[in-house]
Amino acid sequence: MSSTNLFFTILAMGAVTFGLRLSLILLADKITIPELVQRGLKYVPPAVLSAIIFPDVLMPGGTLNVSLQNPYLLAAAAAVGVAWWRKNVFATMAVGMIVLWLTR
Amino acid sequence: MNSPKAQFLAGVRTEIPIVLGVIPFGLIFGVLAANAGLPSMLAWSTSQIIFAGSAQFLAIPLIQQGAPATILILTTFIINLRHLLYSASLSPHAQHLPIRWKLLLSYLLTDEAYTPTIVQYQREDMPHEHTHWFWLGTGLTLWASWQITTGLGIFLGAQLPDGLGLEFTLSLTFIGLIVPTLTRWPSIGAALSAGVIAVGTAELPFRLNLMLAALIGIGVGLLLEARERELGVG
Repeated sequence: MSSTNLFFTILAMGAVTFGLRLSLILLADKITIPELVQRGLKYVPPAVLSAIIFPDVLMPGGTLNVSLQNPYLLAAAAAVGVAWWRKNVFATMAVGMIVLWLTR
Repeated sequence: MNSPKAQFLAGVRTEIPIVLGVIPFGLIFGVLAANAGLPSMLAWSTSQIIFAGSAQFLAIPLIQQGAPATILILTTFIINLRHLLYSASLSPHAQHLPIRWKLLLSYLLTDEAYTPTIVQYQREDMPHEHTHWFWLGTGLTLWASWQITTGLGIFLGAQLPDGLGLEFTLSLTFIGLIVPTLTRWPSIGAALSAGVIAVGTAELPFRLNLMLAALIGIGVGLLLEARERELGVG
């Protein structure tokens, strides 16, 4: 893509993001969201974030590796434990990175 | 103290520990963007125009692979669909605000601003006529740190040590955000099914596995929820 086309694509990506953030703040009293959509939205964060996390953890370098020799899997397991126990994003990231550095 | 200024400063203070986690993330994004060969100003413009870390992160390899504009825009839509949830959740608290506030606060509505802001709105020990200043404080603090760290990464990128696995901080941050919310079976089912599908369909071009996995995960969550209701649980 040329720089000009890429710039317009970035503008569109920004418009989509801003539109999602603004939509219901602006329109809450003017539209009603179908009940199914309302219920489905609850599952957007776990579904989308897991879809990003799983391949990153289980396929380092692009090949599936579900074993104790996969440092990313060990780091993620430690991170899940810390996240569950402390409910703290920074602690989760710090422990995850330390385990990653120690095991690879 | 419940003045606009006190609320704004409380927002800034609350955001600072969160910013500590964002600093490496912003630097890494900048380095990846610079190494992908994007013109520096164009790479940095994503921080001002899109201002959504995960969408910016995932767009870089897509741009490198020459993904068409429609794929980039669709991927952004799916990844940022969760912001619709934030918009719905904060909407009742923003109804009394003038339109310029709604526009500004919406622009600043990231994961990292939403989480402390909704907690502040849920406090019952204080009135909320100035809590939008808290929202502004969290949002602006994150915005400034994101502009600075991504800019540093892009313009000074090459000096950052390589081979530390720093790009893994994205997934670790997401683990920190999502795991504490997995308290019910439908959410756990949505997360596990989406994760497995994303791995199983990783061969699809342009990270279309992400979109497919997200939609299936949402479907699984809804099915499990319907089943729970049938069985009379919760």
